Amino acid sequence: MKPAAFDYFAPGTLDEALGLLADYGGDAKPLAGGQSLVPTMNFRLAQPAVLVDLNGIDELFFIREEDGGLRCGAMTRQRSVERSPLVQRISPLLYEAMPHIAHSQIRNRGTIGGSLAHADPAAELPVLAVALDARMYVRSVTDARWVAARDFYVGLFATAMLPDEMLVEVAFPALPPGSGWAFDEVARQHGNYAMCGAAAVVGLDGRGVVERARLVYLSVGEGPVEAEQAEALLVGEQPNAEAIRAAAETAATQDVDPVGDIHAGPAFRRHLSRVIAERVLTRAIERATEANRQ
Amino acid sequence: MDQTITVTVNGREYECSVEPRLLLSDFLRHEIGLTGTHVGCEHGVCGACTVLVDNEAVRSCLLFAVQTNGREVATVEGLDGGAQALHPIQHGFWERHGLQCGFCTPGILMSLVPFLQENPNPTEEEIRDLLSGNICRCTGYQKIVEAVQLGARLIQEKSS
Repeated sequence: MKPAAFDYFAPGTLDEALGLLADYGGDAKPLAGGQSLVPTMNFRLAQPAVLVDLNGIDELFFIREEDGGLRCGAMTRQRSVERSPLVQRISPLLYEAMPHIAHSQIRNRGTIGGSLAHADPAAELPVLAVALDARMYVRSVTDARWVAARDFYVGLFATAMLPDEMLVEVAFPALPPGSGWAFDEVARQHGNYAMCGAAAVVGLDGRGVVERARLVYLSVGEGPVEAEQAEALLVGEQPNAEAIRAAAETAATQDVDPVGDIHAGPAFRRHLSRVIAERVLTRAIERATEANRQ
Repeated sequence: MDQTITVTVNGREYECSVEPRLLLSDFLRHEIGLTGTHVGCEHGVCGACTVLVDNEAVRSCLLFAVQTNGREVATVEGLDGGAQALHPIQHGFWERHGLQCGFCTPGILMSLVPFLQENPNPTEEEIRDLLSGNICRCTGYQKIVEAVQLGARLIQEKSS
């Protein structure tokens, strides 16, 4: 239960940190909040030869408004996101979901970029990023690029980043007018890894017909799982209880194929997928209807 | 390769040479002898090792001691502020039987300090949400919730 030895660097600038990642490549790991990396190091599941501690890089800590959307530096603490009036106003779905992430003692230290880059299939933030069409700003010494969240996640704990690349910023666009949103999850105890959870974003047209629908799951696959067939079923429909039930049923039976673990078997996870889809779609549609009335 | 750090713990400054892999929890217990911080799971789940770093409750098993260079750490030993008397929150735990074996208690107390500073009059739901980050295996949480409620009242009485 003690980590293996490593060399430790605490750069004061992003350029220094990227230089270290370029020098050490796959042997180096960036250390953000450490709330996932350090446990795996304590178990010796991870034994990086070099740690590049990002906690002293001031330029990676920020939340600001840009082009009507939200920009967060990768090292922004989850607790800061949770308490930000800017996040509440611009990205209410993100705001609603933040308290579901672990416990306050973990969110004090955990960062938005760390969780997004860790790509844990049970994590909330990757799902929110996909549901909100977030874009990831990824940098290396030689390169800088924006990657759409849905292209960023490529498998179990895997992202589109190369070993010398680092996530430095994330952009959440504002929701289009007339959108409704919701997030929910089921865990054995609040703050534990959820057995299943989902984010929904729904947009209605002037007649109240579903124009856009997004339903993204956590804990039922190798990463964020988008329920594309359920989404397609909802678009063009009057969003009544029957349409929501049909979409939730499709999501649970066609879109997700959960595997079991010690916390929940596949059948229970499938059941939760249906129940949670119904809940989040219902609430998202209520909010969209309310937004359309104004 | 060892690194030299300067860290303030409970108001006292320490300069130590540490291996980068040394966890803050082990630094506190083995390097400077403050064994009030308990080590339970060592992967951030149980909350027994919770301490304050710059007045924020964090898991000391998920921080390396080198990361606290130049920072202020507070542990359960410093709760009395040197007065050799129980902190009002500790008094609440004593009075309401908020512990049996006491292993989880230091972590709970340290989680509560900033929580009650920010939220002097919490609802039961808020208390339970905060306590979800600390595992007690002796009993239920009812007595702990009552202890927190009393502790919050005692802090208010003391400051009024």
